[in-house]
Amino acid sequence: MSEKRVRIRSAEKMKEMMTLYYMTAKMAEQEKSPKIAWITSGGPVEILHAAGVIPIYPENHAAMCGTVRMADRLCGVAEDRGYSRDLCSYARSDIGSILSGESPIGGSPKPDFLVCCNNICGTVTKWYQALQRMFNVPLIFIDAPYQYEADRPEALAYMKAQLEEMIQTVGEITGKPIKPDTLTETLLRSEEAVQLWRDIQDLLRHRPAPMNSFDTFIHLAPIVTLRGTPECIDYYKELKAEMEERVRDGVAAVPGEQFRLGWDNLAIWYKVKFLADKFAEHHAALVVSTYTENFCYQAPDRREDDLLWTMAANYLGGYINHGLDYRERELTEMAENFHLDGFVMHSNRSCRAYSFGQYELAQSLERKRGIPTLMIEADQSDTRAWSDEQVATRIDAFMESLAARRVAV
Amino acid sequence: MSGVLLFAGVDVGSATTKAVLVDVEGRVVAHTVIPSGGKLAAAATVVLERVLGEARVTMENVAALVSTGYGRESVSGRTKAVTEITCHARGAHTLNPAVRSVIDIGGQDSKAIALDERGGVRRFEMNDKCAAGTGRFLEVMARTLQVGLDEIGPLALSAESPARISSTCTVFAESEVISLLAQDESIPSILAGLCTAIAQRVNSLAARVGMMPEVMMTGGVAKNVGVVRGLEQAVGLPLITPEEPQIVGALGAALIARDLGARRQDATA
Repeated sequence: MSEKRVRIRSAEKMKEMMTLYYMTAKMAEQEKSPKIAWITSGGPVEILHAAGVIPIYPENHAAMCGTVRMADRLCGVAEDRGYSRDLCSYARSDIGSILSGESPIGGSPKPDFLVCCNNICGTVTKWYQALQRMFNVPLIFIDAPYQYEADRPEALAYMKAQLEEMIQTVGEITGKPIKPDTLTETLLRSEEAVQLWRDIQDLLRHRPAPMNSFDTFIHLAPIVTLRGTPECIDYYKELKAEMEERVRDGVAAVPGEQFRLGWDNLAIWYKVKFLADKFAEHHAALVVSTYTENFCYQAPDRREDDLLWTMAANYLGGYINHGLDYRERELTEMAENFHLDGFVMHSNRSCRAYSFGQYELAQSLERKRGIPTLMIEADQSDTRAWSDEQVATRIDAFMESLAARRVAV
Repeated sequence: MSGVLLFAGVDVGSATTKAVLVDVEGRVVAHTVIPSGGKLAAAATVVLERVLGEARVTMENVAALVSTGYGRESVSGRTKAVTEITCHARGAHTLNPAVRSVIDIGGQDSKAIALDERGGVRRFEMNDKCAAGTGRFLEVMARTLQVGLDEIGPLALSAESPARISSTCTVFAESEVISLLAQDESIPSILAGLCTAIAQRVNSLAARVGMMPEVMMTGGVAKNVGVVRGLEQAVGLPLITPEEPQIVGALGAALIARDLGARRQDATA
């Protein structure tokens, strides 16, 4: 490799910001104030920020366990207690961490209550029930009906009613009702941050892409945890400026970018570097992913006068709460907007909600758009589902076939 | 043979290592198959020595060498390493340009490849981590049943009806075989059941890729007529099996070496 990949400066700031966030949460655990809520990655976190509650994400903690390759052992702890090996590795490793006390960050600060929204999968429903039993704290459950096509009005009304109820309940738990103005400000800040994150990802349409999907996986942390806060906006402004600078100066995330690929499904946390290096070896940049796009979902018809309705639409309408026709359209649009040569699909043992239908999607991408797909069988954090050699061969073969197509054209 | 220009393909598989030499016209000059053993790099060196010896030439005559297979990165002196997917497609296309699909069952993996009309790879699927649906599966079963690998096919075909083997997991299937033996099931029936099981397993890869005629079967297991018949039934298409199914990957590698050599000569000319 002649040119080296350039580091993203803003990453340092993100590290500081995320450390500060965890430290604050740890302090809150000790001081018993402010309150801490554990929440699913697709949960309506703005309500927590507006109430001054610190959100903690078991999924983020589990991803960290995966990144430092501690997940296998922690999954084993949960499996020994009877949790099936077929259960999501995030759930298993996080439960294993709680049971054993082992964690890469000294454990997540204990929750005062739990917020679970099933817009990302059905597993979280049972997972949070298990957490409720372990910690004996209140559980707020938001039920997001699955959307097969356009969002249904009755589902939106149902969602909105549940959000109203959550606002009420969180106020009761903290003892301080959430002020409507504070909630509005928080929601507007969330929208601004999401728009910035959208803009940053759209900058990857540029050739060469200033950033790789392997970078966006990492830079996803603030938009998940801190959307609705001013720090989140500041951070993405800085990252956006850095990426605009790269576009202006022609800095490529993958030096000598020749191929542009999309990514479907969660990151494979323990192999981010392996995959980034492997694709870079073939001068292939991953420039868009359904995974990071999922966390910048904004309902197309925003209601200025009804932010809660808009919020309901946002939390109902994410990629994995939708059926295959919707997914196919999304993938096709991504392929066109980001000038893709192919799609890489991570068939994720842990995440059935995400992985079902991937073969169907792959076939229709190929048939209707001539976009080839590579399927990688793995798991988001359980390394026992991974094999270096098998994945390397699949990637090499896929890239050889893309190169051969190009020669033939 | 001094002065003759040749191109080498070396396919280092998990079970066997294969080498093929082709001349400037792409004709096979010599080919060799040896067991891979534990040291892949050593196997590559030995197979190359043997194939050169067979053709009575030296490395001096080899203008380019392409390595492929599981151990492709451990072949010294390679011009380039290319995956077995690309090499099998190329080899099969050269043997029969009408081929649009390849099913390859090797020692430790199985794959299905869809080809375009130029022999390029359109789609492919490989087996997951387990050894079900590979040559290794048959080796384990042959050992359990105390029959030679070469005997499996003919014996399986002689069975009146195949025994039912419900699991395709090598470990579970082995214990199923042992219980079938205890129930006095005949060895040919058990072997036929095993061939059907492997064929169904591999057919699920084939179905994902979509098999179009002509279909060629490559890899060592193509020598097993029991599996070939089982696959023909499962896929619903006749299979072409080349005379030397094991060397198709190495042949493809040698032909790619020839392209590279030709390109190099163009560049120097």
